[in-house]
Amino acid sequence: MANYKYHILICGGTGCHASQSAQIKINFEQLIVEKNLVDDVQIVETGCFGFCEKGPIVKMLPDNTFYTQVKPEDCKEIIEEHIIKGRKVERLLYLDPKSQEHKADSKHMGFYKKQLRIALRNCGFINPENIDEYIARDGYKALATVLEQNDPQATIDIIKKSGLRGRGGGGFPTGLKWEICSKNNADQKYMICNADEGDPGAFMDRSILEGDPHTIIEAMAIGGFCIGATKGLIYIRAEYPLAIHRLRVALDQAREYGLLGKNLFGTDFDFEIELRYGAGAFVCGEETALIHSMEGLRGEPTFKPPFPAQEGYLKKPSNVNNVETFANIPVIINKGWEWFSSIGTEKSKGTKVFALAGQINNVGLIEVPMGITLREVIYEIGGGIKGGKKFKAVQTGGPSGGCLTEKFLDTPIDYDNLIAAGSMMGSGGMIVMDETSCMVSVAKFYLEFTVEESCGKCSPCRIGNKRLHEILERITQGKGTMEDLDSLRNLAQVIKDTALCGLGQTSPNPVLSTIDNFWDEYVAHVVDHKCPAGQCKALKKYIIDPEKCIGCTACARVCPTNAITGTVKMPHEINQELCIKCGSCYEKCKFNAISIK
Amino acid sequence: MEKIKSLADLKKKREDLQSNLKLRELGDNVDNLIQVKVAMATCGIASGAKQVMEVIINECNKRNLPVVVTQTGCMGYCYAEPTVEVKKPGQEAVVFGYITPAKAEELVNKYLAGNELLDGIIPVNYEKIDNK
Repeated sequence: MANYKYHILICGGTGCHASQSAQIKINFEQLIVEKNLVDDVQIVETGCFGFCEKGPIVKMLPDNTFYTQVKPEDCKEIIEEHIIKGRKVERLLYLDPKSQEHKADSKHMGFYKKQLRIALRNCGFINPENIDEYIARDGYKALATVLEQNDPQATIDIIKKSGLRGRGGGGFPTGLKWEICSKNNADQKYMICNADEGDPGAFMDRSILEGDPHTIIEAMAIGGFCIGATKGLIYIRAEYPLAIHRLRVALDQAREYGLLGKNLFGTDFDFEIELRYGAGAFVCGEETALIHSMEGLRGEPTFKPPFPAQEGYLKKPSNVNNVETFANIPVIINKGWEWFSSIGTEKSKGTKVFALAGQINNVGLIEVPMGITLREVIYEIGGGIKGGKKFKAVQTGGPSGGCLTEKFLDTPIDYDNLIAAGSMMGSGGMIVMDETSCMVSVAKFYLEFTVEESCGKCSPCRIGNKRLHEILERITQGKGTMEDLDSLRNLAQVIKDTALCGLGQTSPNPVLSTIDNFWDEYVAHVVDHKCPAGQCKALKKYIIDPEKCIGCTACARVCPTNAITGTVKMPHEINQELCIKCGSCYEKCKFNAISIK
Repeated sequence: MEKIKSLADLKKKREDLQSNLKLRELGDNVDNLIQVKVAMATCGIASGAKQVMEVIINECNKRNLPVVVTQTGCMGYCYAEPTVEVKKPGQEAVVFGYITPAKAEELVNKYLAGNELLDGIIPVNYEKIDNK
């Protein structure tokens, strides 16, 4: 067996794949053959490192050097300098924006310092397509321990005591969910993994499945044993081809080792997992709609009760958990509930994975202990707002959540605090907005999404959201009235109270939360016909300052609608009727004579 | 493929496999470990640095010492090759010269496992820019 002296880990997540990490791997493989290093260097494709902003990531071990934004043509230099001569390639190291120093070791980077990786423990560490590496990291030990003990209730008690709550958004205690399902007797039960990640900008579940698929398989088998299910189903959207591929490879490898199938670990417990593909409808993340979709029916929710624990897939008791929830299970079993419950806040234990996106320097995937503040997440891990602009709000919980403003920057993040602040944990999307974001437009964006994704079964959601969207559209056009603002509030409340499922009940949240936090901005749109952030096109007005205009005609020539008139060397004028607010003249003017009002 | 039939099977399998990932686990904690750099320029390789590195890695693995072994370029002591630099956490780096495979074993036993110095230490006669 080769005695490797160096391991080169290459990020194989979807993000880095898109920026040629596959080619980087091929180049490294060719180079080590050329340089006769095949027995010294191991090339490993791993899951997501999380620092997507600076991808593709290449990590060198054992010295733990972290190279960022590596291009396929950089491979030669890395091999020749780092491996052969033992010198770090300085220009590829992370440059700390504050100190302007290169940081070689990821441990010293602000992005990683405050993180605690439990669900993502193996992402960016092991090769997800190699079960041996998972086993070397204590993989399947939790399942073996649970089966050896042969006491489902004892395991359920461990999960209950750990304080683990559902990471898909609702935050229901996982142990309790298992216990309820375990008490319903039936000839067949189902353990279902919800991998229908639908929030715009969220990619936590995808990254876990891509980076550490075996942990989900192991956790589902543990859950299946606890509730008495011999079948597992993973509902995953077809838009996640890489995650599906890695899951399939992992399932095959687990079967080969006898870790799935009949008589696991020599006991009489059988467990098998099948994949079910979703077509990417947001509502199918709701557990009843998900189950119907798996049954081959329309992806529509139904009224609860009956809960899936009573009547789920094929009318049999079923338990649905989110990917990230599962990813915590094996660690809790291995390290004990005491350890897990020592992390986090009083009612929210453990960590949460967030997909950090928007106007922030370090876009990426992070895992932080519950109770961390937004300020730490945004300014320390996220590296602050892009372009040094001012922070305005952060949107959590996706289309079901709300906006948190500056006053919540120091609030510890957990399930209950976020709800009290008018938002929710959701599945973990975290979109940061700066001062140039118009909050009415943000609310409109989310409403557009829910209108599109509403299944149409119940009228509050189907018609109500459409009306909400129309009112918001009017306001951004400068045609809104103060009565519109009242109707927004009333209608939103009615939809919340009467919609059938979680999608409808939470869809007005972005509207309510922006009205509450940014009332002045709504009023400015309605009363002054102005968009303070300058985003709403209809409310923008481009004006030429006759004092500054020298009549160079550059603006008139670039205007696509011929809205600018004037004679050469004389101040020009914009015809507001014809202007489509494209901004071309504003960019063209060299004399700062055009301003936006 | 052999099936895993019990917790004991799994444990055995894990032990066999764990060494494959040891290098990565070490890297996770590199600041608190002993770092060994073997000078591996032409002069070093010609005097047997490759075998020396092999010996150090194998001896450390045998004793399960938490040591990160990497290679580096020419340190300038071509007359004393193969040379090995050892940096213990919180201590100044020490450079040893004339390290033969036999001496490498001694180095692991005496200095890495214990704290006993060997002869052949090359006194520090240069300054590094990162200390300036």
